[in-house]
Amino acid sequence: MIRRFLRPPPGTSRPPSRAERAGPADDAERDPPTDLERLAMWIDTRTGLAGVVRTGMRKVFPDHWTFLLGEIALFCFLILVLTGTFLTFFYVPSAALVTYEGEYVPLQGQEVSAAFDSVMALSFEVRAGLLMRQIHHWTALVFVAVAILHLCRVFFTGAFRRPRELNWVIGFTLLILAMAEGFTGYSLPDDLLSGTGARIAYSAALSIPLIGPWAASLVFGGEFPTEALISRFFVIHVMLLPGLFFGGIAAHLAFVVLHKHTQYRGGPAEETNVVGRYFWPSQVFLSTGLFFLTAAVVALIGGLFQINPIWAYGPFEAAEVASPAQPDWYVGWLDGALRIFPPFEPTILGVTIPSAFIPGVVLPGILFTIVALWPFLEARFVGDDREHHLLDRFWERPVRTATGSAILAIFGVLTLAGGNDVIAFYFSTEVESLTNLFRVLTLVVPPLLWILVYRACKSRRDRSQEPVETHRPPRGGVALRRTASGGFEEVET
Amino acid sequence: MTHGAAPGGSGGVPPRGSAAERRAERLVLLSFGITFLTGIALLVLYVAGGQTQLEGILLTLCLGGLGVGIVIWAQRLMSSELRIERRHPIGGDRHRIANLGEALSDEEGFTRRTLLIKALGGALAGLGAALALPIFSLGPAPGRALFETSWRAGARLATIGGEPVGPDDLPVGGVLTVFPDGDDIDPNAATLLIHVEPGLLRLEGDAATATPEGFVAYSKICTHAGCPVGLYRAAQHILICPCHQSEFDVLAGAVPISGPAARPLPQLPIRLEGDTFVAVADYSEPVGPSFWNMGR
Repeated sequence: MIRRFLRPPPGTSRPPSRAERAGPADDAERDPPTDLERLAMWIDTRTGLAGVVRTGMRKVFPDHWTFLLGEIALFCFLILVLTGTFLTFFYVPSAALVTYEGEYVPLQGQEVSAAFDSVMALSFEVRAGLLMRQIHHWTALVFVAVAILHLCRVFFTGAFRRPRELNWVIGFTLLILAMAEGFTGYSLPDDLLSGTGARIAYSAALSIPLIGPWAASLVFGGEFPTEALISRFFVIHVMLLPGLFFGGIAAHLAFVVLHKHTQYRGGPAEETNVVGRYFWPSQVFLSTGLFFLTAAVVALIGGLFQINPIWAYGPFEAAEVASPAQPDWYVGWLDGALRIFPPFEPTILGVTIPSAFIPGVVLPGILFTIVALWPFLEARFVGDDREHHLLDRFWERPVRTATGSAILAIFGVLTLAGGNDVIAFYFSTEVESLTNLFRVLTLVVPPLLWILVYRACKSRRDRSQEPVETHRPPRGGVALRRTASGGFEEVET
Repeated sequence: MTHGAAPGGSGGVPPRGSAAERRAERLVLLSFGITFLTGIALLVLYVAGGQTQLEGILLTLCLGGLGVGIVIWAQRLMSSELRIERRHPIGGDRHRIANLGEALSDEEGFTRRTLLIKALGGALAGLGAALALPIFSLGPAPGRALFETSWRAGARLATIGGEPVGPDDLPVGGVLTVFPDGDDIDPNAATLLIHVEPGLLRLEGDAATATPEGFVAYSKICTHAGCPVGLYRAAQHILICPCHQSEFDVLAGAVPISGPAARPLPQLPIRLEGDTFVAVADYSEPVGPSFWNMGR
């Protein structure tokens, strides 16, 4: 019976299985294959993947809560794809004007775009539609937040160092894509607030010297506001960016498998090993549980907390504006930069540099470039191009930690500046004085924080007994040394 | 050995039949039970007509029960034994690189034809240029569109789809958004008509004559980032853009006095014809956000 199962049918050729290599005596003692084994055999004889799957199941994953941030970001993306797919079944990407005749009485009879009309229907007439829409929007906000936390974890622990520099760049690209997704999605309901965001983006594009008017026209399909905006942003939002996303996430995860996970120092953890749990079943169960918990949290927020109530804003009117006008949180820093940059608009050799150009294009360009290229900058300045799999504690690298904190401080201060009118309202002060205050804070807080964090890390490091780079042999094991050819050899201790 | 268990600890799995095991199992059962029951409840709620907040709470319990149950199962009933896997160095073998280099360059028909390689590069650049062509279909050439609005001499100032505006329609301190003959086909023609005490305006020359009876008209599109300048503080005669808090002095030709805008809101020259206001001409400078060649 078992022999008949294991032996290939006449005329087929198949490499000998492990059982066959082990010899017939061994073979005979085995129990008949279970149903599971039969299924696995059926799949393996068609794919040859049994070995790979078995290796994958035994991959070791280090266990630390900070390693879950990237997973939560991935789960947010999955939830966004699921809820977003639901939304596309009802959304109409058209700027054509229709008369609103839905359930919401105050807007009945008003001329609105078909896009706005469909989002209204989704919110009021489609059962569970509002829930899906709110979960989608909230998840997008959580997604970017968790992705940034994940980036901070990788940054402050030095997990981006060789061999992971390329994966850092991919990860950072994914964050930019996430923000672009959020921004294009924000514009789709075609409500009064969403048009404002698109308009500011148009103005930033327009401000680029020499190519601005062309660039803005090509992206938006003409002079803002255009008919093409909604349908164009829709295709970018549901096809172009998600396509890039899937490719980017696949590459990001493939690199994690290839490099294996980094780990914190302590216990048996060394540069040359990975200590943790097997992928199957522990890690798979934990991750699946985490997915449902993530979904539960965004379902709770989406169910209980209103977001983007477009019926309260009303449809987009080019000549109208909502006040206070606030973007989604992760764009707030750009808005803040635009708010507090001084009214500086020089004309040099006949070329006007619009006041929105430096805060709206140059500043984000510089900041993003620094963050994207950080692994290469650090490797060059520190002169450390070795492989690293053990993570730094944040205080062990004062310059890196101080620089990261300063960059975060820039984003933080600018985000607050983006709400200067709201802050002025709550504290009953003048917006002008707040604007001046934020101008000072933007210049003072980041360098000050840099010095503070640097000194704090340095004194913490000096107090520590352990030097940063130890080449001590592993406890109770053998010491290994890299050979010139890239292999390892034992070292006498 | 590639894999191994770290020394110490039995993996934390409670012994069979122990109270701890039974407790963990009961917790998992309870969690899965919550998922089952709230799932049914969601179905009932849906059929009954739905309610967003209740749906959210039930969905949270439904998903959360599953999540909590699975995590407890993994944490309490599965081995948390530490495993150790060896890391293998990633690449870096010089021989393999040398072999790769050889493999890439062992076809002389490719490597020795340096002229052809250069020509191929040129051809591909040409192809790239050809493929870039459709990009220019994505939007019209900017041309003069950014310099003009739909205002023409004689166009009456009117609210959207509404009646032409005359001096009696707007009290002192009032502000109104007007379009040429009330047609908002060109949103960038949006104009603010403001009524101030006639003696207060500090304008000179043509700008002053284009303000009949204390009525002055400025573009509503902010010169900073293009938002509609939607707020008017009548007591101080200040226009405020809600997007980035730029402020413009209405009495002095809408010059920016605070915030990031660097350019005054362009003034629309108007005159009184009978009892309605009409435009004398289009704006003499571009409205809205600045661009590099706006001075031409």
